[in-house]
Amino acid sequence: MSFFLETLVGGLLAGVMYALVAIGFVLIYKASGVFNFAQGAMVLCAALTFVTLREQGLSFLTALAIALVVMVALAIVVERIVLRPLINRPPLTLFMATLGLSFVIEGLSQFLMGASVHELDLGIVDVPIRIGPILISQLDLAAAASAGVLVLALSLLFSRTRIGISLRAIADDPQAALSIGIRLPSLWRIVWGVAGVVSIVAGLLWGARQGVQFALTLVVLKALPVLIVGGFTSIGGAIAGGFIIGASESLAEIYLSPLLGGSVSNWFAYAVALVFLLIRPSGLFGEKAVERV
Amino acid sequence: MFSRLLRPLNAAAVAALGLAAIAAPTMLSAGSPNEQFIPLATFRVGAYASSGIPVWNGLIDTLRYINEAQGGINGVKLFWEECETEWQVEKGIECYERFRAGKDGSPVPIYLPNGDPIAKALLQRATADKIAIPTLNYGPTEAIDGRIFPYAFPLMLSFYSEASTAINYIAQVEGGKDKLKGLKIATLYHDSPYGKETQAALALLAKHYGFEDIQIPVPHPGNDQTAQWARIRQAKPDWVFVRGWGVMTPVAIKTAAKTGFPVDHVIGGIWSSSEEDVIPAGPVGKGYLAITTYPAGTNFPIHAALKKYILDAGKSDLKDPKSFGSVYYNSGIVHAIFLTEAIRTAQAKFGNRPINGAEGQWGLEHLKIDDKRLEELGVSGLMQPLKLSCLDHEGGGSAKVIQWDGTKWNIVSDWIRSDRELLRPLIDEKAAAYAKEKGIAPRDCAVSG
Amino acid sequence: MSSVTEPTLPLSAISARRFGDLHWTPARAVLIGAIALAFLPLFAGEYWLNAVLIPFLVMSLAGIGLNLLMGYTGLASLGTGAFMAVGTYATYNFLLRVPELPLPISLVFGGLIAAGAGVVFGLPSLRIKGFYLLATTLAAQFFLEWLFNQYGWFSNYSTSNSISAPRLAFLGRDLTGPLGRYYLTLATAALLTIVAINIVRSQTGRNWMAIRDMDTAAAVIGIPVAANKLLAFAVSSFYCGIAGALWAFAYLGTVDARSFNLDRSFQVMFVIIIGGMGSIAGNFVGAAFILLLPILIDHLAGSAFGNLIEAGQLENLQKVLFGGLIIYLLIKEPAGLTALFGTLRRKLGFLPRRADALAHSSDQ
Repeated sequence: MSFFLETLVGGLLAGVMYALVAIGFVLIYKASGVFNFAQGAMVLCAALTFVTLREQGLSFLTALAIALVVMVALAIVVERIVLRPLINRPPLTLFMATLGLSFVIEGLSQFLMGASVHELDLGIVDVPIRIGPILISQLDLAAAASAGVLVLALSLLFSRTRIGISLRAIADDPQAALSIGIRLPSLWRIVWGVAGVVSIVAGLLWGARQGVQFALTLVVLKALPVLIVGGFTSIGGAIAGGFIIGASESLAEIYLSPLLGGSVSNWFAYAVALVFLLIRPSGLFGEKAVERV
Repeated sequence: MFSRLLRPLNAAAVAALGLAAIAAPTMLSAGSPNEQFIPLATFRVGAYASSGIPVWNGLIDTLRYINEAQGGINGVKLFWEECETEWQVEKGIECYERFRAGKDGSPVPIYLPNGDPIAKALLQRATADKIAIPTLNYGPTEAIDGRIFPYAFPLMLSFYSEASTAINYIAQVEGGKDKLKGLKIATLYHDSPYGKETQAALALLAKHYGFEDIQIPVPHPGNDQTAQWARIRQAKPDWVFVRGWGVMTPVAIKTAAKTGFPVDHVIGGIWSSSEEDVIPAGPVGKGYLAITTYPAGTNFPIHAALKKYILDAGKSDLKDPKSFGSVYYNSGIVHAIFLTEAIRTAQAKFGNRPINGAEGQWGLEHLKIDDKRLEELGVSGLMQPLKLSCLDHEGGGSAKVIQWDGTKWNIVSDWIRSDRELLRPLIDEKAAAYAKEKGIAPRDCAVSG
Repeated sequence: MSSVTEPTLPLSAISARRFGDLHWTPARAVLIGAIALAFLPLFAGEYWLNAVLIPFLVMSLAGIGLNLLMGYTGLASLGTGAFMAVGTYATYNFLLRVPELPLPISLVFGGLIAAGAGVVFGLPSLRIKGFYLLATTLAAQFFLEWLFNQYGWFSNYSTSNSISAPRLAFLGRDLTGPLGRYYLTLATAALLTIVAINIVRSQTGRNWMAIRDMDTAAAVIGIPVAANKLLAFAVSSFYCGIAGALWAFAYLGTVDARSFNLDRSFQVMFVIIIGGMGSIAGNFVGAAFILLLPILIDHLAGSAFGNLIEAGQLENLQKVLFGGLIIYLLIKEPAGLTALFGTLRRKLGFLPRRADALAHSSDQ
């Protein structure tokens, strides 16, 4: 029984890591209706920038600050060059544009900062701690705490500040929002900037987990099922989706894999997503999409 | 009317321009007729770049050293050209096709594919072209049987030998091979043909020595192994053998620490044994063991020579001087030695001139590097003594074990032999199955001289 | 988009018609192109065949497959690699276990199995639309890749789960040499391209385009949407399956499931984005671009810049170039390079206006 609990808890915490990346997606999707495939590349870029600056000798906070500036600058550039010309295009076109964007960001990041593997030291030695009969990883707990803080900050942002309210207005009714003078481009820049910040958090935690290298961009492939399950437009949904995907994937890996003779975690998350798509396409907390004929 | 004529002319002009651009480089270059061409299909970009770059550094530095300090091989100087493969099959094929005819009057003596999938894709082609494609510490294990695979050479340590050496080291630590009985050894393998290749060997060894063989797959790329290590915690093995590649290795080490498994009972295979594999794991990697056929270190005589002639003279291919003497840099040195010694062996028979593919194959198949030669080359302790033959395209089958102390690798064993005799029937069986499927008649080793 | 009626011809265009007196239908163009390519080995060496032409033809075929699904029917898919894998492993098993079958039949059967897989994994498209379909095709991609990697039966229990063609022979001639593989690929590609052209110009093609443009309206006017969507998946996967088999046996020689991973799916998607979605010729343009540009850059950099730009950095710049080009094309010319060339040719006055009108009416 304790083994089951341990797998479950481990899976839930792994799910939080997925959710961290998914939150970035949700932000951008809420604001501009785009599934930003380049999010993975942004996570890599953020982590790489931070790690390179640290290796040059800068302090943790300085490196973090500069990385923040870089990501915000990136957001502004992306909004101007990619998003604005593609305003009224179908979502598939926008997705393909972010695909191209991911290539550009990956190529540039590796061009400027190299392709070698870097260690990311957050000061947390990942020796497990014991709670009852189960072992829990310290890094995963730190990640969960960060995610909690992030979600809190973001929900405050959306409910209390002007920006947040404008965002909700745009999500509700773009025409009306525009007509009362809410500026779309500047809002998008802000949202992409915030998404960049989320990328830094995700990048730091994932980098601490597995080192900063190219494979970081692959986290985006795990974020998609999380979003499908939790809903593309809800941050709370991203967390819930992360929990569900993380837990089910871990449990499937332990209990299903031996039955099938191989590791199933390649595709299990997508199988879960598929089931959700067929039963509840908008996800647990997402908004029901209205299809216009 | 003019425009009608212009159209096909334009098309022709554009096509000609494109073709000229591609053909031009081959026409522009000119070279001296008595120099040996060495094609280098390398990867400096892509997901595995960090595992490749130090290798080419070491290889090129050593080739340059042989050119400058020794005047080439018996007076025949070497020249090389790189082609980027990104560790991808398609580019690997394109590079091979580009190089196979040789360059500047020199044929291709030996072709290093530098990548497991690339090597497999090139096998039939290279065999038809009569060019040997040696694979150091990888490649199809059954190619050890040179009767069926005349042009494939899984040099030094095949995957079977790798597994066997790991088991034998464990036996050494536990106090003898009889102590293996009743042990539980879990193999965490990259869920790919590379990772699965050792399953047959481990099953055989488990049966022979009486230990329990648990196989746990890690799906590519392996950046989340929580579930796998949870399974390991459940099974409670005594040792974990990691057959990793890329990011899987550091994540394995970190997750081992995270789940409380003693890292000094985790032993990585040959492709989980570099600095690049362990550094990203951070401080918890201390104590991690790994198998290698080219231990890290700079206190071998060859390094002193390289330092003197190449590094200090500013001629090194290295961009990061910290890599000098790393596991992969040293593997580059070993690669270079294989190439040049094979060419030297071929030259002894065919003459001191540029060698072609068939002659290069002969050179490889009759390669012998004994302790005395190792000393002359300055690589005693870095390389094991080798003897290849038509029946044995591996030639070595031993490895050392190194341990990470947090900042560098330390050698913690001498050359450990694998149980080659035990595994040979399995290899013969697989080779025979391949021959049957392809309709290949095994050649007679007595004839090929 | 497509013009419904034949436009009335201005006088200058009628005189242009007299040139050549050849009625340039796309099918004839393919035939002429194929015959021209058939003579190429007289001039080109093995390098061209092995490393350039064969992959170009195969990738174009895969592009046609995906284009039929995504460009003509509007069903987004990232499962192309998996369907190519199905065709490959199916063809391999037919060649291995039923050696009496002639090679083309094995290829066709392999394609049919891939078509079946396409129908199965295309079923969600009946309920799920647009972007979400990508997620279900990703499920197909990951699952099928895992399947072939996992169960050794598919690869005849070879040590590394990799497969190579047991023997490639047709009508008694051995096709394993470069020339043999080249002609096999050329013949298959030419044949399948003509078939594809006929499909898109038929009622089926028009049904697909109606579904793409507005599927509710299509249903209203009586087009069986579900059947056509599944048909699109079937035909598309058939093409991808055969392309996969050719990729494995005519080009690479040996593959394992890794060759058909997600990167492959992305690659084929790039082919159709860059070449032009909703066009057959576009696939060839896109494939040429994706395959040849890196080679061209490598050669140019080697000769022109010497060792100025490190090989690794060149690849990174190439990535940036590709990504940038995709973004640029999506913004400026969503119909891909083919349309861009057409516009260019028109602007530079190279294209007589009649051929221009023909190109627009038949290419859609």
